Amino acid sequence: MPDSENNPDQSAQDRFLAGDADKGESIVQLRGVTKKFGETVVFSDVDLEVGVSEVVVLIGPSGAGKSTLLRCVNGLEEITSGEIVVAGQTLSYDQKHLNRIRSRIGMVFQSFNLFPHMSVTENIAVAQRDVLGRGKDEAIQKAHSLLERVGLSHKADAYPGSLSGGQQQRVAIARALAMDPAVMLFDEPTSALDPELVGEVLAVMKDLAEEGMTMMCVTHEMRFARRVADRVVLIADHGIAEQGPPDQVLDHPVTERAQHFLSELSDH
Amino acid sequence: MNFFEMFAEYAPIFLKATWVTLSLTAVALVFAGILGAGVAAMAMSRIAPLKWLAAGFIGLIRGTPLIAQLFLLYFGLSSIVVLDKFWAGAIALGVHNSAYIAEIIRSGFQSVPKGLVEAARSLGMSRERTLRRVQAPLAFRAILPVLGSQFIIAVKDSSLVAFIGLTELFRTAQNTAAATYKPLSTYAIVSVYYLAIVLVLTAVVNRMEKRLGRHKS
Ligand SMILES: Nc1ncnc2c1ncn2[C@@H]1O[C@H](COP(=O)(O)OP(=O)(O)OP(=O)(O)O)[C@@H](O)[C@H]1O
Ligand SMILES: [Mg+2]
Repeated sequence: MPDSENNPDQSAQDRFLAGDADKGESIVQLRGVTKKFGETVVFSDVDLEVGVSEVVVLIGPSGAGKSTLLRCVNGLEEITSGEIVVAGQTLSYDQKHLNRIRSRIGMVFQSFNLFPHMSVTENIAVAQRDVLGRGKDEAIQKAHSLLERVGLSHKADAYPGSLSGGQQQRVAIARALAMDPAVMLFDEPTSALDPELVGEVLAVMKDLAEEGMTMMCVTHEMRFARRVADRVVLIADHGIAEQGPPDQVLDHPVTERAQHFLSELSDH
Repeated sequence: MNFFEMFAEYAPIFLKATWVTLSLTAVALVFAGILGAGVAAMAMSRIAPLKWLAAGFIGLIRGTPLIAQLFLLYFGLSSIVVLDKFWAGAIALGVHNSAYIAEIIRSGFQSVPKGLVEAARSLGMSRERTLRRVQAPLAFRAILPVLGSQFIIAVKDSSLVAFIGLTELFRTAQNTAAATYKPLSTYAIVSVYYLAIVLVLTAVVNRMEKRLGRHKS
């Protein structure tokens, strides 16, 4: 159902697309968010705002809750308390509302998660048709123009199983972009790739960032963080341990926690 | 009379019996498919009592021999209701297979990677859409070959219905062996019939699998 016409949550992105985006406005807001699995606290009382066109890179030790945080933003995990606002809408777990808000949040997974029984084009078209109610021609056209953008026009009719990991991940990015998301979430998008394929995916992400996409990205690629991130957020000890511009957090961390984490990183 | 002469002479009655075996198995499997899908849906539901009920049914049916189930239904219930031999056989074979089919369907759905479901949901697809577009087609691909083997087992298991006196393939063989005093040739002949059915069924399933799997890598 194309209900985006009179949808208030469209406003932030519309203005952004119109070129007068207010850099101060935030697309994603976490207010006092706590997430527990049973009795286990993953993080508590987290406040985080991501502005329009901002690129936030999340780093932190394994098990700190980086994935969980991203998954909370699009409602794959239900938060225990607090509030999450995306594109002006407070996340609730009413299925209809959640589906609508999710269609505006792109998510890219470590393991690509392309639908193996659909061609590349179908992968990118299916949700455009089912969720946004776009017609077949429009959805396919959009799929093809996005494939061109990620450099995979020649793979339009291929099936995911015949693609390399890097190609699959670029299709997954195109699939998410096809929904015209207000924000893109990336959870270690290059961690499952052979080293020689990492570059092609990061290049697509860098282009996206330069075109003004709002992004939240969990990654261990420190070079990417330095070059592309507006802000680096260190998740550790049940919350945000330190955040700031990449050169500050990565090179001159203030907190002991951050210094410790970064020294461990450089040891490996 | 050698094997081949006997094969030719008895072909008419064995072919007739083949028809009984095939229709018995087909009716049973249609019934088993419907019941099995229902039980699988219960097993996968979020409602705990339904899950227990499904688990109990599957455990009970898989834990007892088909012949016992068949005799229970046909002889055991004869004081209450006397069932037609064909229908008693079809129901017993159907209920028996439904438990296996329920397990096959459940594990087929379980084999769909959770990440694919999450990817669909992340795109804003509803539970129903995700089921229809992603889970069901992928589960079906996983289920088909296993279902094929189960159907083959069902064809062979249908021979047990001979023991309530239905003149299907195996009963026909028993009768023929008794009348001719040639058990070796007779049971060899009936085996050829079962083998032929199984080979045809295998070919059909393989073809369907190829057609579905042609896109994979
Ligand atoms: N579904 C779940 N049920 C219970 N505990 C969970 C679940 N998912 C995650 N956790 C726990 O929550 C914590 C945070 O996990 P999460 O995957 O978010 O960490 P991460 O920072 O992404 O780690 P990594 O760098 O290894 O990906 C971990 O202790 C993990 O064991
Ligand atoms: Mg993670």
